[in-house]
Amino acid sequence: MQLIFEKSRAGRKGFALPEIDVPITGALPEKYCRKTQANLPEVSELDVVRHFSNLSRLNFSVDTNFYPLGSCTMKYNPKFTEKVAAMEGFSGLHPLLPQLLGGGMLAQGSLEVLYNMERLLSEITGMSAFTTQPLAGAHGELTGVMLIAAYHKHNGERRKHIIIPDSSHGTNPASASIAGYDVVVIPTDKEGFLDMRSYKQALNRETAAVMLTCPDTLGLFNPKIKEIADLAHAVGALMYYDGANLNAILGKCRPGDIGFDVIHLNLHKTFATPHGGGGPGAGPVGVCEKLVDFLPISRVVRRTDGTFALDYHKHKSIGYIAPFYGNFGVILKAYAYILALGKSGLIEVSENAVLSANYCLARLKDYYALAYGKSCMHECVLSAARQLEQGVHALDIAKYLIDKGFHPPTIYFPLIVKEAMMIEPTETESKETLDAFIEAMIEAASLSKTNPEALRLAPLSMPVKRLDETRAARVPDLRWQPK
Amino acid sequence: MTIPEDLLYTKDHEWVNIDADKATMGITDFAQNSLGDITFIDLPKIGIQVKQSEWCATVESVKAASDVYAPLSGEVLKVNTELSSHPEMVNKSAYEAGWFAVIKIADLTEKNKLMNFLQYKEYIESLSK
Amino acid sequence: MNYIPHTETEKKEMLKAIGVASIDDLFKCIPGGLRPKSFNIPEGKSEFEVIEYLKLLSCKNAINLTNFVGGGFYDHYIPQAVDALAGCAEFYTAYTPYQPECSQGWLQAIYEYQTVICELTGLDVSNASLYDGGTALYEAAMMAIRLTGRRKIIVDSGVSLIYRTMLYAYTSNLSIEFVETPVAHGQSCREDIYKHLDDKTAAVIVQNPNFFGAVDDFSDIAQRVHKCGALAIASVYPVSLGMLKSPGEMGIDIATGEGQSMGIPLSFGGPYLGFIAVKKEHMRQLPGRIAGATVDKDNQRGFVLTLQAREQHIRRERATSNICSNEALCALRALIYSSLLGKAGFRELAGLNFQKAEFAKAALDKVSGVKVKRSAPTFNEFTVCLPKNADEVVYRMINKGFACGFPLGRFYRGLDNYLLVAVTEKRTKEEIMQFASSLEAALCS
Repeated sequence: MQLIFEKSRAGRKGFALPEIDVPITGALPEKYCRKTQANLPEVSELDVVRHFSNLSRLNFSVDTNFYPLGSCTMKYNPKFTEKVAAMEGFSGLHPLLPQLLGGGMLAQGSLEVLYNMERLLSEITGMSAFTTQPLAGAHGELTGVMLIAAYHKHNGERRKHIIIPDSSHGTNPASASIAGYDVVVIPTDKEGFLDMRSYKQALNRETAAVMLTCPDTLGLFNPKIKEIADLAHAVGALMYYDGANLNAILGKCRPGDIGFDVIHLNLHKTFATPHGGGGPGAGPVGVCEKLVDFLPISRVVRRTDGTFALDYHKHKSIGYIAPFYGNFGVILKAYAYILALGKSGLIEVSENAVLSANYCLARLKDYYALAYGKSCMHECVLSAARQLEQGVHALDIAKYLIDKGFHPPTIYFPLIVKEAMMIEPTETESKETLDAFIEAMIEAASLSKTNPEALRLAPLSMPVKRLDETRAARVPDLRWQPK
Repeated sequence: MTIPEDLLYTKDHEWVNIDADKATMGITDFAQNSLGDITFIDLPKIGIQVKQSEWCATVESVKAASDVYAPLSGEVLKVNTELSSHPEMVNKSAYEAGWFAVIKIADLTEKNKLMNFLQYKEYIESLSK
Repeated sequence: MNYIPHTETEKKEMLKAIGVASIDDLFKCIPGGLRPKSFNIPEGKSEFEVIEYLKLLSCKNAINLTNFVGGGFYDHYIPQAVDALAGCAEFYTAYTPYQPECSQGWLQAIYEYQTVICELTGLDVSNASLYDGGTALYEAAMMAIRLTGRRKIIVDSGVSLIYRTMLYAYTSNLSIEFVETPVAHGQSCREDIYKHLDDKTAAVIVQNPNFFGAVDDFSDIAQRVHKCGALAIASVYPVSLGMLKSPGEMGIDIATGEGQSMGIPLSFGGPYLGFIAVKKEHMRQLPGRIAGATVDKDNQRGFVLTLQAREQHIRRERATSNICSNEALCALRALIYSSLLGKAGFRELAGLNFQKAEFAKAALDKVSGVKVKRSAPTFNEFTVCLPKNADEVVYRMINKGFACGFPLGRFYRGLDNYLLVAVTEKRTKEEIMQFASSLEAALCS
C-alpha cells in the first residue's frame, strides 16, 4: 500500500480549523521561527479515513483472529470498557487540576477510581498497597527495582546484584541493569525450574532481590516457590514478582501470601485492556507493608469525610516515576473489567485459561516435543525440535499458521528452549477455535515430513511474503524521504 | 569450515595474526557461520586499550548480539571501517576482508594462551559432539 | 459476565482429553499451603450496572471549567476522525507487530509516524514511541551517557519540574552528576550553562518553549556543547513546531517531547505519548521498537521491526532500554491527527495558538495589578504576575468557572504570585475576555 505521504497532493486539506476570532497583534521574531515547514501529508479527510481503514485490515487482531501469543495474554477486550474510558468526565480531565488549591474536589471521580483500583489489586494479589503510576509492565519492573534499592539504602545497605532465572522475560535483566544492579543469571534445571544449587550458591548478603515469574515463562508453577522466597528473605533479599502470568492464578494463590515483596501487574494482559499494537499498557506495582513508604508520589488517600486527595508528603518516597497518576484511561478500563467479572468471574478466568492451555498441550503433545513437564498452567511451551530434523523451524510453522488465519504463538522464547513455540490460548477462546488451531498445528507437523517446502514458503495469503529482515537491519530505512 | 594454518585462535572463536609487535584480529568462519547474516559490527575506538579475553567489539545479526573478545592485550591501532557499511564482509571473508582491528601487542607471552589451528580444529569438533 | 464461552459439556470434553477429572486437578501443582488467605472481591455486575456506576463517578469530575491550564499538557481540539480510525479494532486489539506478514498495517503506520516525528523535529531517526515526555527525556539522557562515556548532565531549570524530578528519580542509583542552571530573563542562562560545560559533560538539556512559556533558539548552545564533545538535548512541544525553529535547525542531537497535544485526550494524565528523534549517527543507541522498510521475496515493499539487537528481548541486561510495551495506539492517533491537519493545517494551528495567546496577554495586561512577563517571546503559554498569591486567585477563579492557569509557586520557590496561562485554539475571544473580567473581579474581592 502507498504511504500516506505518497498520497499527498499539494494544496489538499483534511481538516478545517476555526477562523481566527482575535485581532492579529504581532509576529514571533524571525530568529525563533522555523525555516522549512514539516513535510506532513496534504490529503483530504476521506483520503485519511480510507488510508487508515485499509491499513487496519492488514493486521491480525484479537477481534478478527485467534491470537495465542504466549506471555501476552491476548484475551478478548470487552467493548463497554472503551465506552467508559471515552466518557467526557474522564477523558477531558486535565491532570494538573487536583494540584491546584482545593483542586482535589475537581477530580473526585477519577481519584476514587484510582483509590478503589489500588484496593482491588491489593486484595487480588495479597499485597499491602499499590501504585497505579507505572505506565507499562517494564516500567513497573523498573519502579519495583527502584523501590528495592530505596529499601536497602534506607537500611544502610548497598546491595549489588539481582538474581534472575535464564528463562525470564528480557525486561527483567534489562530493568535490573538500568536501575544500577548487576544481574546474576540462574540456570533452569531438568524439570524446568530454577536450579536450586546454583540459586543457593548465588544468594548472599549482596543480593538485593530475586526476580521471578510465577508460573514461570515455561508455564509451570514452581512447587519450591515458598522455599525460594524463604531463602531470599533469610539473607535480607527481597522477592520480586513479574505479574505477566497472573492470568493463571487469580483466586488460586496470591503472590503476597507466598512471600513476594514487590509485584507488578500488566493490566493490558490479565485485566483485558487492548494492547493497541504495542501499547498503551499499565504496570501497577504492589508492595508488602515494609515498602509502602517508598512508593512513588503522589499517593491517593481517602480522608475521614470520605473524599479523596493526593498526598505528596512522603519523605521516603522514590519520587516521581510518571508525570501524573499512571495511564488513567487504561486503569479505568481494567477497573470496569474487574467490576464486571467480580470474584467468581476472576476465578473462572484462571480456571478456564488453564483448562484451555492444558487442552492444547494434551492434543499437541504427540506431534511436538514438550519443553518441560506434562501439564502446564495458562500457557504451554512446545518445541519444533522434531520438525527441525526435516529442516523445518518454529518460524516456518508460525508462518504457515498465518496462512491458516491464526496469529502464531510466541516463538524462540523462552530462549532456553530450542525452537520454542509458546501457546497461550486464554479463557475467552471457544473450544471450536482451539480445535481449529490444533488441527492447523497438526497439519504443520505432518507437512514437515511430507512437504517441508510448503512450510518454508509460507505465508502466501498475506499482502507480503516473507520479508528480508537482514536487509532491513543492514541498510536501515526508517522514514519516508521527500523526493 | 576453513581454519587457516598460520593463525592463532581463542575459545570464543576469534582469530589473530601476529606480525612482529602488531596483531590483526577478527572472528572465525565457525563464528560467522553460527551467527548467521551479520547486520552490524560495533568496533572499538582507535587508541583504546583492550585486554585479553575482554570486550573489544559486538557483532549483531537480526536476532542476536554477540560480544567479541580481544585475543591479546594492547592498544587498538586500526579498525576496519569498511565493515560499518559492509558487515556482510565478515560472512563472506572472515579471515581477510572481514578483519576487525589491529592491536599493538602489549605482552607477547599472552599468545601462549591461544590455540594453533590444530588445537582449534579439535576444539570445534568437541563442541559439535 | 466473564466472557468465557465454554459450556459444561465442552469443559468435560476438554478435561477428558487432558486426562484429569476436574479443573481443580489442574491446580494441584500449587501447594495447599499457598492457597489465598483471602480473596475478598465484590461479585460481578452487569455491563449496564458498571456503566451507570462509572457514569456517576465521571460526573464527580469538574470538566465544565473553561480551561487555561497547560504546563506541558494541552486542551486541543481532537478531530472526530481520529477517534473513529484509532478505534478500528484491527488496530487496537493487535499486539506488538512481531509477525510482520500479518501486521503490515501497524508496521506501515509506525513507519509513517516515525516520519512525522522526524519531519516535525527536523531530525533523522525516530522510534515507535516511548511512554511519555518525561521518560523520553530520561531515555535521551541515558543515550547521551552511553554515547559520550561521560556522567555529568547540565539541566536548564526551564525544563518542566515534572520531567526533572522524574530524571533524578530514575538515576538516583547511577552516580550521574546533575547541574541545574537558572533561567535568566525568561530564557536559558547561557553564561551559567557555559560555566559548567566541560569535558566531563555528557549533555545539556533544554526545553522549548520552557516551562514559563518562553521561546528560545538554542543554536548557540548546541554549537558550544558540540565543541565540548557533549550532546544537546531538547524537550519540545509538537504543536509549537508548526511555527518554532525545529531542534534539527538548531543543531540539537536528541529531541524528545510529550505528544499528547497531537490528538490524544488529556484523560487525567495518560495514556500519553513520548516521542524521541535523533541524528542518524546516534540511531543504534535509540531505545524501543523501530519500524523499517524492506522487501519481501518478490521484491515488494514491506515493513518490519528492525535494529532489534538493541532491545531487551535480545540483549537483556545490556539492552539500550528495558522498554517493551510502548504507546503505539497514541502514536497512531498522533499520525492520524498530523495527516488530517497536514502541512498547512499544522502551521495554521500553531498560528492560531500564538495569536490567541498574544490576545490574552494584551487582555490580561489591562487587568489592574496584573503584569504579563514580556522578557522573552512566547508561543501559547505565558507567565503573569498577580498582585496576590496565585494559589488563592486560582481558587477563586474556579468558583467563577475558570481553570485559569497553573500557580508557578507550586513548582518554583519564590514565584508564589506568578500564574502560568495557556491558550489553545479552543479558547474563543469571548472566553478570553471573560477570563480577564473575572480575574479583575477575583482580584478585587
